[in-house]
Amino acid sequence: MNRFLGFVKKEFLHIFRDYRTLFILFGIPAAQILIFGFAVSTDVKNAGVAFLDLSKDETTQKLTDKIISSGFFRRTQNLISYNEIEDVFRKGKTKEVVIFEKDFGKKLLSEGKANISIIADGSEPNTATLVTNYTTAIIADFNREISGIRVNNSGLIQPEVKMFYNPNLQSQHMFVPGVITMILILICALMTSVTITREKEFGTMEVLLVSPLKPIQIILGKVMPYFLLSFVNVILILLLSWLVFGLSVKGSIILLLAESMLYIMLSLSVGILISIVSSSMQQAIFISLVGMMLPTILLSGFIYPIENMPKVYELISLLMPPRYFIIIIKSIMIKGTGFLYVWKETLILLLMTIVFIGISVRKFKVRLE
Amino acid sequence: MKDSVISVKNLVKKFGSFIANDNLNFEVFEGEIFGFLGANGAGKTTTIRILSGLSEPTSGEVIIAGFDAKKQAEKIKRNIGYMCQKFSLYEDLTVKENITLYGGIYGMSRELIRARTNELLDRLRFHEYENRIIADLPLGLRQKLAFSVAILHDPKIVFLDEPTGGVDPITRRQFWEMIYETAARGITVFVTTHYMDEAEYCDRISIMSEGKIVALDTPENLKKQYDVDSIEKVFIKIARPVNN
Repeated sequence: MNRFLGFVKKEFLHIFRDYRTLFILFGIPAAQILIFGFAVSTDVKNAGVAFLDLSKDETTQKLTDKIISSGFFRRTQNLISYNEIEDVFRKGKTKEVVIFEKDFGKKLLSEGKANISIIADGSEPNTATLVTNYTTAIIADFNREISGIRVNNSGLIQPEVKMFYNPNLQSQHMFVPGVITMILILICALMTSVTITREKEFGTMEVLLVSPLKPIQIILGKVMPYFLLSFVNVILILLLSWLVFGLSVKGSIILLLAESMLYIMLSLSVGILISIVSSSMQQAIFISLVGMMLPTILLSGFIYPIENMPKVYELISLLMPPRYFIIIIKSIMIKGTGFLYVWKETLILLLMTIVFIGISVRKFKVRLE
Repeated sequence: MKDSVISVKNLVKKFGSFIANDNLNFEVFEGEIFGFLGANGAGKTTTIRILSGLSEPTSGEVIIAGFDAKKQAEKIKRNIGYMCQKFSLYEDLTVKENITLYGGIYGMSRELIRARTNELLDRLRFHEYENRIIADLPLGLRQKLAFSVAILHDPKIVFLDEPTGGVDPITRRQFWEMIYETAARGITVFVTTHYMDEAEYCDRISIMSEGKIVALDTPENLKKQYDVDSIEKVFIKIARPVNN
């Protein structure tokens, strides 16, 4: 046992003495959370909108104010003619142009209807869709207001849309679980594979193998510090998203931490496996980054919904550990569900861990030959 | 005759159809400096890996320090030291931390580690470097330290796989003085090298070629036998490199 502890201590020394390792361990997760939380927001906030008001009456003024005051939009410019539309889009700050036809107010009064055109910048399809949806919703709302005043239409149905679990449609709710999932598998797999291949490259692995330490002690000793640090990482990320975004865990924190431990173990075993099949640090880094990061981002359901994928990708995604963890962590964090709802995913992760560790132990022995 | 600490009988190691070690037979005695020579690819590293327990023989009997390599590998590991061709200390740890780590791995008590560390630092006049990380030390000092660490736990045998590669002549000389001291303490030294002048320092040498041991005797006897004045000439006469 003393042998083992001395070995673990040495591993901690490696980590704390190398500021780059420390940065990767703690700096990157924090940066990711902040970047995804703030910059890569999928909400519309202060989207630039320009108005081409050919009518300039009281009604158009009211509607313009309503759009601006909604908080989603920001007026970039008032246009005078159609010719300016393309120009204003080219400048890039304007995502949408709202056009009121001539005599908008009069027509509304006399004929009961008037036309508005909404033109959006289609070069950013996501933003365009969101922006036009928001605008039409505001206009519909405005419609109801004025029709209510004029004819006192009590039978008018007013649909009210609400989002469950994420009432404000905050994108952090989506990203925090995703980032935790991605960071853990990346860091665990990357760090362990690098630390083991480093010993191979520097020739210290041979010395360890010749020593009375057992192979399993070597693997455990190398992995143990990363297990502890990754666990600290999870707590840090959760704290950070709580302090910065006000995102708290709805369900049981203990369950969430326990599931995280399982997932960390799985990620570490993936790292061990990578280190065993690769012969140099570069190779290990390459496999971890390309082999783990891309599939995690693209196929785990973190950004792109799995339901929308072609069948083949959907089948591939079944093999991705992050896919299951994302479901687990979202359920616990956002919906507040208990173990009964995630036991299937947990079981899958557990089986994957056992398989990976089994293969690793086998392969590690073969390498001794 | 002294006691035998390494005894190899009919050792064969195959990788698929390639025979790396072809029926080796030799004995190494206690306190002996045994030079293990051979051209690149002759099978030296394979043998040293089998003797140190890193690899299993395909067939044959290997007894190290009285233990059978096949059945008692764990006991062998406690009784041998090993220093490999590539550098074997941790560069980002200090001299003291490296010593403590290896002492710990070999199950030495804290008091013993402390005593041995002081002894070792005294002997190498290393006290000023005690808390420096290895990366800051010149290669020569590192090699000396690596050797001292390899024998920290007082093994019966120490395996040195090309320990003086890339080291300057003065340090090599000092290194060999350390080897002599070690042998005088009764620790058997099993060393591979490419420097023929170093081979002359050994008590006995064996020369491998194409997986077989083609010569095994004291340097003097070999020179007499082949009627030349240096081991280098003996080596060139009998150790034809593979594929050339």
